[in-house]
Order: sequence, then C-alpha cells, then structure tokens
Amino acid sequence: MNAVVNIIRRELSAYFATPVAYVFIVIFLVLTGVFTFYLGGFYERGIADLDPFFRFHPWLYLFLVPAISMRLWAEERRSGTIELLLTLPITLWQAVVGKFLAAWLFLGIALALTFPVWLTVNYLGEPDNGAILAAYCGSWLMAGGFLAIGSCMSALSRNQVVAFILAVVVCFAFLLSGLPMITDLFSGWAPQALLDAIAGLSFLSHFADISRGVIDLRDLLYFALVTGFWLMANMVVLELKKAD
Amino acid sequence: MIEAKDLCKHYGSIIAVDHLSFTVGPGEVLGFLGPNGAGKSTTMKILTGFLAPTSGSATVYGHDIVDDSLAARRRIGYLPEGAPSYGEMTVDQFLTFVARARGIEAGHIIATVGSAIERLNLGTVVHQSIETLSKGFRRRVGLAQAILHDPDVLILDEPTDGLDPNQKYEVRRLIGAMASDKIIVISTHILEEVAAVCNRAMIISEGRLLADDTPSGLLARSRYHNAVTLVVENPHRAASVLSELPEVAKAELHGRELTVFPTGDGLFEAVSRAVSTHGWDVRELRLEAGRLNEVFREITGGAAAS
Repeated sequence: MNAVVNIIRRELSAYFATPVAYVFIVIFLVLTGVFTFYLGGFYERGIADLDPFFRFHPWLYLFLVPAISMRLWAEERRSGTIELLLTLPITLWQAVVGKFLAAWLFLGIALALTFPVWLTVNYLGEPDNGAILAAYCGSWLMAGGFLAIGSCMSALSRNQVVAFILAVVVCFAFLLSGLPMITDLFSGWAPQALLDAIAGLSFLSHFADISRGVIDLRDLLYFALVTGFWLMANMVVLELKKAD
Repeated sequence: MIEAKDLCKHYGSIIAVDHLSFTVGPGEVLGFLGPNGAGKSTTMKILTGFLAPTSGSATVYGHDIVDDSLAARRRIGYLPEGAPSYGEMTVDQFLTFVARARGIEAGHIIATVGSAIERLNLGTVVHQSIETLSKGFRRRVGLAQAILHDPDVLILDEPTDGLDPNQKYEVRRLIGAMASDKIIVISTHILEEVAAVCNRAMIISEGRLLADDTPSGLLARSRYHNAVTLVVENPHRAASVLSELPEVAKAELHGRELTVFPTGDGLFEAVSRAVSTHGWDVRELRLEAGRLNEVFREITGGAAAS
C-alpha cells in the first residue's frame, strides 16, 4: 500500500511540476464550458439540470484522456526510467495501479474544478443535487475506463504519439460499440448473443443512465470490470514488451 | 553472494546471453568487459530482476531473482545504463521517492537522503530539477539513488560513462571505499577502469564468457607482458644487437619505439647490460606490464580489426 501511495505522490507531483497539468485543466474547463453552454443549449432548455454538461463527457474524454494517458508508460520507456522503477522492490501491479490511480485522481481534480457549472445551475434553479453527484461519480468512473485503455496502449509503444492514436482508436471502438456503426460489422454473420455482448460493451449506453443520475449497480460493475481488465492487459503488455 | 547458473536470454532469434555461469562474493569488485552488444547490460538487467532469463537461474543471497524477486531486489542497488531519472523532479524529491520505495522508515528518510547527497557531493544542486543538471551530476544522482539504502550488492552499468577525469576519479574512489564488504558488479568498455577499480574481470562477447581472471592475470596474457620498450638514438642497430641476446625472442620497431619480447626471465637486466655495454644514448626505457586493449582484442576476436 505504501508503495502505491509513494508512486501516486510522485506521479501527481510530476503532473504539477510541468505545464501538462495546467494546460490540461484549462483546456478541459474551456471545452466543458463550450459544450455545455453552446452545443448543449444549457440556457435555452430552461431545465435546471446538468444533462447538457454530462452528455458531452464521453466525447471530451475520447481525446483528453488519451492525452493524459499517453505519457504514462511510453515516457518511462523512452527515458529508461522504467528500468529504475521496475527494479525497485515494488511489484508490477503496484506500479501499474499507482500510475493509474495518480492519473485518475488528476482527472478527478479536473472534473471537480468544473464546480462553477454546478453553482450556476443551483443559482438558476433547483436541480436534483443527488442526481448531479451521481452523474459526477459516473463520469469519473467512465474516465477511469478510458484511462485504463490509454494506460495499456501507452505500454505498447515508446512513442507518445503512437500511444495517443492507439488509445483514441480503442476508446472510440468502446464508445461506439452499441451503435450501428460497429454492430453492422457483425450483424448478419455473428450470433445474436455475440451482437448483444458487443453492444453491451458500449460506454455510451452505460453512461447514458448515469448521466441522468440513475445509478445502476450493473453500470458501476461494468466500468470497474473494464478498468480492471485493461489494467491487467497493461501488466501483460509491460511484461512482454519491457525488454525492447 | 550472487550465483548465476546457465543464464540465457534470447530476444527473438538473437541470443543476447548464452549459458553464462558465475559466482561473486562479498569483497569482490567484478568488472564486465566486452564490446558493445556483448550482453553485459542484459546480464545486469537479469540480475536486477528487470528481465526474466529465457532459461537458467540466478540467486542473490539465496533469493531467486524470478521467484523471490522482491527480496532479491531489496539487497541490490542498481544504476541502469545511462543513469535514467525523472527529469522534472528535484534531486531531493527524486532521492526521497527512491528512499520511500526502498522501504526506509519515515523517520530515517531525511538522514539517508542527506548522507547520499553528501557522499556524492550533490549539496549544491539539491533543489534543482534533474533535467537542468549536467551529465556528470545526473550520473552522480543515479549513483546516489543506487547506494541510498546501503545495499549488499551494487550493480552499476557504466558508472563513469560521460564523466570528466576528476569525476571518474571520485566515482572510483567511492566504489573502492565501499568494496570491502559488498559485492560490486560494474560494466565498462573503458579498459583502464578495470585495472583501476576491479579485482576481478570477466570478458564477455556475444553473450558468452570468454575469460574470468584478475586484471593482473589478464595483463599476464598479453604478449607485451614483461616485454621491454626503449627509445634510442639508432633503433635499427639496437634492434639487431638486442635480437642476438638469448633472453630476447623477438624485436619489433614501431615508429621510434623499439620493443623486445622475452623468452623467459631476466630480459630487463639483459637489455640494461646491453645499453651500458654499447653506450647507447637512451631516452626512454620501460618494462611493460602488458596491454589490456591487446588482450581484449585478442580474446574478443577483434584482432583483425586493429
């Protein structure tokens, strides 16, 4: 546990020691604002909720989370510090989880800094704050799923650009797997059970309920499983590829 | 005690380490010598638990480096090739991170980091971020990180690479000071380093162990061992006179330097007598200990390249 905390502390301080953290937070806040108020029609709807805010989170995360995750392992590999990190008396699992949690906490901080939107909606009307809190938690969980995919992709290459593109592509596939764009690829030849399984993998459909403030245990379990699966894959990739 | 048995490491079809076996005990400073790509770094990566061997095994004080990796790693301090470190951290932050990861108790961290900083003369740069430091300082930060927890085993991959002569001297002095009760394994392609710090040298090429000897033992393998080199007024005449002596096997002239090779003992005395008998005007006269680079080339099969 101490080892994980030590890694989280190091990683988080590294985010804030470079401009990465500040640039990311500013862009994240600007984009959430733009999406909520212009594309989401926050004022025009005349409803006191944050649906226009949360509805665009999957699409924001699609590009912004890989921007955070791309450096996780690619940078360690390129600079050689992976050799230093993995010869310390810590397990691979502790290293993977520590780096993941640090990035996830960082995304949590960025998400928490969107609180002026919440203040705004409370000033304008009387929203269901329980539902908003639930949606925040769901959004953060979904960010964890994206991040785990990105972390695994980052371990595949020492080039951060490659890591970014791979992460965006895989995240995009996960995001859309419930939509006809992906299911059409399988319909006609694959059994219905497989089709349902693929459609069931979609981030969008699992996030749809959460963003309205409905917490379903199955959705929580889904994001936890996706995150766990990709972190395991991350370990396997590191084990296989750390030599080159 | 480090025991390596039949270590092999394959990268696809490339064999990086080929059935390497050796044992190192406390007090030994073992130098891995070999051309680039010989498998020195790979062997070190296996010993430190970074890479698993394809076959074979190694133990560090009885702890298997694969099955009991964490216990083995706790006994080891490691400086990876190129001394990587987290550039955005300050020296202080970086060493504190490593100290925590090494499981040093919270109350002792400041003292431990302080002593490592002192031993490597990093006092002036403690609060600077590592990426702003010169290569020499970065190397010393890497060394500080390796010796932080006072490990029983130090594995240093090219510890003096990129240092200036004064810094090299300092690092060698540091290694020498720690050598008495530790196992130190260093890799280098600087031959003088072996003679300067090691008491045992292993020459590795293409992943195979080609020689395992003391530095003086390696020198004795040189054909220059106990040869005599002199610079005289008329080297051609001196060469013909000296090659008549029974102690001289052969005389070779390289530029102004005349080198005579021995048949047995007493060459130096014989040459001195000849010098005084013939009254030559000698500018230089020396007994050769042996030439490591020549031994190295011969053993690693690069003799043709010279």
